[in-house]
Amino acid sequence: MNQKKFTCFDAIVYSIITIISLCMLFPFINVIAVSMSDYSAYLKNPLMLWPKDLDWGAYNYVFTHPLLASSYKNTVIVTAVAVVLSLFITVITAYPLSKPDFRGKTIIINLLIFTMLFNGGLIPNYYLIRSMGLIDSLWALILPGLLGAFNVILMKNFMESIPQSLEEAAKMDGASELYVLFKIVLPLSTPILATLGLFTAVGHWNSFFNAVIYIRDNHKWTLQLLLREIIMSASLVDNQLEAQKYVMPETIKYASLIVVMLPIMCIYPFLQKYFVKGIMIGAVKG
Amino acid sequence: MSIKQLATNTNQGAIAVKNKSTGNIQNTVKYKKPFLKYASQNKWLYFLVMPGILYLLIFNYIPMFGIVIAFKDFNFVKGIWGSSWIGFDNFERLFRSKDFYIVLKNSILLSFYRLIWGFPFPILVALLLNEIKNMTFKKVTQTVMYLPHFISWVVVSGMIINFLAPSGAINYIVQMLGGKSVSFLQKPEYFRSIVVAAGIWKEVGWGTIVYLAAMAGIDQEMYEAAYIDGANRIQRILYITLPSILPTIFVLLILNMGNVLRNGFEQIFLLYNPMVYSVADVFETYTYRIGLQSGRYSYSAAVGIFQSVVGLILITVTNKIAKRMGQSTLY
Repeated sequence: MNQKKFTCFDAIVYSIITIISLCMLFPFINVIAVSMSDYSAYLKNPLMLWPKDLDWGAYNYVFTHPLLASSYKNTVIVTAVAVVLSLFITVITAYPLSKPDFRGKTIIINLLIFTMLFNGGLIPNYYLIRSMGLIDSLWALILPGLLGAFNVILMKNFMESIPQSLEEAAKMDGASELYVLFKIVLPLSTPILATLGLFTAVGHWNSFFNAVIYIRDNHKWTLQLLLREIIMSASLVDNQLEAQKYVMPETIKYASLIVVMLPIMCIYPFLQKYFVKGIMIGAVKG
Repeated sequence: MSIKQLATNTNQGAIAVKNKSTGNIQNTVKYKKPFLKYASQNKWLYFLVMPGILYLLIFNYIPMFGIVIAFKDFNFVKGIWGSSWIGFDNFERLFRSKDFYIVLKNSILLSFYRLIWGFPFPILVALLLNEIKNMTFKKVTQTVMYLPHFISWVVVSGMIINFLAPSGAINYIVQMLGGKSVSFLQKPEYFRSIVVAAGIWKEVGWGTIVYLAAMAGIDQEMYEAAYIDGANRIQRILYITLPSILPTIFVLLILNMGNVLRNGFEQIFLLYNPMVYSVADVFETYTYRIGLQSGRYSYSAAVGIFQSVVGLILITVTNKIAKRMGQSTLY
């Protein structure tokens, strides 16, 4: 089938895709441009695609915000700890389940799957965290959701695809179960580990719901909470500007959007293939 | 496998049966080992899986039992055990309250709008992407289109709130065209459209992945045969690509229907305000407001149970339907 020539149909397809891509990009470009502009320039033309009257005041405000450092720190800690713990517990749970004749496998898998279908709801979960004394603790942001049934199943499927012969060979040489897991299976599982790790990281970085219900103390805020606060422009925070601004100019709001998005935006282009591959593994399985 | 290997870590044991006359080992009879023996030979597997089970019991199953909160007159001081039992009172109140039906209607309507408007888009875009031959163009545009999926709802809602503000981009265009600026987010009649549109913008790119993966598995010879038969591009898409991904479409459609009572908390919470509660309030936001903010814990728990139980029924039913149609399911 030779489609060497660029038909009219092709032109339409390429145009539509280009338009859609531009629709996706436009908000980002606009936000970046406005964040670096003077506020009155924004009011004159909110649709700008390029900064006008370059003004770093907005970024200055954001970076000197008293809660920015702590929020960044909290978010980084929560994300890092959650990724490590989550990968660990997912691996050790998935490994036995990947063994073909592991007795009790079906019960445990059903236990897992049921959690995907049904949960106690907001109040019981809140009560549990509160009973553990974890309100206002970063652990309330790390622990819930650590072991996701979907992730376990993905990892289990991946481990099943590792040839049994490797394990048998090791066992004949006297390796223990733990050795097989940590020195053979785990190193071979780096693709799935990378994918799950990245998804967990992004999920925690962007998580807002858990933070809003479990965290009151603003020194324990995560970035998303701080960002929300800035967008809603409440003036509870002691700011460095002379006048307590009740309505924050959009330039400041946009600058804070960029500051919060920045880490994800930076790693995204490089790690995009891991994300896509991960979804493919999960999607094609069905 | 030797008998020894068979004996150590499989489920099965083996007995060597000695032939009485020849003295040779003749048969091996396999039997199912008693569980304790199997467990002690494979104890590490059980040790490994223990933390996971413990985690599930604590963080997933204990809250399920917390459902009793809905049947009690709960307050935090008395705790679950100390609070008095009031049976189905909360549920009676629930089904008689006007608010409940508003929330139910909003939850279902929002899901349906999302389904009708949001479901076809990823399919259409995937069909288009599949027709692109230039690999670089395809990769670049895909990267751009996946981008909104990776930013948080706080960021997206921040963008929307500012774009739709009186001084924002949209009203700027409206005013340029001669209209008056509108406070979009405060008008009930716009809210659902805004939410659905935002959801589409954020997820359409990511949603194409599943369909593109399915399309990658299509046999290229079918296209060649069709070309020889004189089919043009559009016909090839309609008669080959589309039918080939129909199973995938079906599964996703049915799964989506099972989730009809579920709308994301963040998406709505971050965009709504008291003026649009009548159209915006869904189960998640309602349980949050009356539960954690107003302190009506038992009542809120009852609402939550309604959503979870009905959701469970819906998902189970839709999965059975999908299975019966011969398509693969969620699990």
